[in-house]
Amino acid sequence: MEMREMIRSGLGSMITDWKEHSPRRVYIGIGKKDIVDAVRVMFKDLGCRFSTISAVETRDGFELLYHFSYDKAGEFYSLRVALVGKESPRVDSITPLFAGAEWIERETWELFGIDFTGHPNLTHLLLMDEWPEGKYPLRKKE
Amino acid sequence: MSHKVIVPIGPYHPLQEEPEFFRLYVEGEKVVDIDIIIGYNHRGIEKLSESKHFDQVPYLVERICGICSSSHPYAYCLAVEDILGGEQHLVPERALYIRTIIDELQRIHSHLLWLGLAGHFIGYNTIWMWAWRYREPVLDCFEMITGNRNNYAMFKIGGVRRDIVETDIPSLKKALDELAPVLEMFRKAIVDDPVITARLKDAGTLTRQQAIDWCVIGPTARASGVNIDIRRDEPYGVLDRVDWNVIVEKEGDVYAKTIVRIFEMQESIRIIRQCLEKMPEGPIDAGVKDIPAGEGIGRVEAPRGECFHYIVSDGTNRPVRHKIRSPSFMNVASDKVAAVGGTISDATITLAAVDPCYCCTERVAVLRKADSAKILDGWDLVKMSQEKTRILQERLKNAGNGERKD
Repeated sequence: MEMREMIRSGLGSMITDWKEHSPRRVYIGIGKKDIVDAVRVMFKDLGCRFSTISAVETRDGFELLYHFSYDKAGEFYSLRVALVGKESPRVDSITPLFAGAEWIERETWELFGIDFTGHPNLTHLLLMDEWPEGKYPLRKKE
Repeated sequence: MSHKVIVPIGPYHPLQEEPEFFRLYVEGEKVVDIDIIIGYNHRGIEKLSESKHFDQVPYLVERICGICSSSHPYAYCLAVEDILGGEQHLVPERALYIRTIIDELQRIHSHLLWLGLAGHFIGYNTIWMWAWRYREPVLDCFEMITGNRNNYAMFKIGGVRRDIVETDIPSLKKALDELAPVLEMFRKAIVDDPVITARLKDAGTLTRQQAIDWCVIGPTARASGVNIDIRRDEPYGVLDRVDWNVIVEKEGDVYAKTIVRIFEMQESIRIIRQCLEKMPEGPIDAGVKDIPAGEGIGRVEAPRGECFHYIVSDGTNRPVRHKIRSPSFMNVASDKVAAVGGTISDATITLAAVDPCYCCTERVAVLRKADSAKILDGWDLVKMSQEKTRILQERLKNAGNGERKD
């Protein structure tokens, strides 16, 4: 079965949007509450390699893209999660699932101020420890 | 944590990119835990990029790293071209060949640089000198065809900036012909040497499952039996039109990582030779004017692994968001499992084996007790590593044979 079909059936009702950008690029909308389950399906069940998280500031909040690479077919799947509100964006951490996500979530937290609930070590990675609280350098107003 | 002895390595040497700080917790000579602290040289490239227009960004991202200085602009161009409909539809044929040649030449010089450093760390200074000596002709090739030894300024959206002129091609071929036997010599020197084999086997092993869990990429992953290579999996340039192999080893130790890199250089030579043969005449630039609104992803197999760029455009002449993830960001984190359990004399080579833009061994302090601190510098740590090689040499000599044990 093709990976697209396996993702469709694996993620099932978690999918809120499906956008085929090109044969190798698919953007999949996922509800915020489902993201840990969706990542588990992609990483553990379907064996996709986790590439990184891209955070994007939007008009009314933030968008997180969890990029997965299915290397056997050279396809790239991005799970898109919308976080509404700029005051205290928050999403569940995927680091408890696998170690490779730890640094990526720490980086996203300190540069965008997105709180990853359940992260075992949400401390500064790239910025100095004395960095002022509440200052997030990649936000548009900074 | 109640460890008695901490060996801090790093953090800072202003001559190197990507300073890192490793805090090794040791019991006796065994490394039992490690803290990795990075960010000493965070330059805010992603933020800077939002203030540049699309044509300026390649110059900026080229300066992320002086060693993979074609991977970043290439991945960026692929990301923007992803918005425009894809590299293969947009970029003229000749430019695709030139892009591939530049990218593979870069892999050779980067791997030679690593090989030299690795040789130095284990006390084989001949390998160090020779690898860097033979890296020079590769840089000369770059100077000849791009005008620069590093930061080649060749990539632009929709093509390349300079053509490879016909009169340069014979010199380029000659340089490759001279390099091929050298790489074979390095391969033999490493495979046939019983001391190097004994020294690097089982050092800093990363198992296949660990490689998957830590999401490592590039030679670090391929040495652990994870068969991934963006060049084959999502070919860019003309990599799907030339004949070459992905090198995969199973063991996951430093030896396997060395072997993967040496064979990869030989494959790169094959790729460049075929490109020079097949390269057609024609334009080198598609003449892209406007970047429409949209989002794009570009991926390139840099010498260290997948280099990832993500671009959001709103139809103006600047990117709204430019996300960059370099391969070392994923690979360095895996030192946490690769170095733990090994000895402190293996630490330098293990931490260097993922080929981070490594540095940092400039200032090292060993604290035995709070009242009696012994200060070691980076050279002491290298000496410790070289000493282990020397002991192995003695032992093999005393055993009465210098032959390789298979």
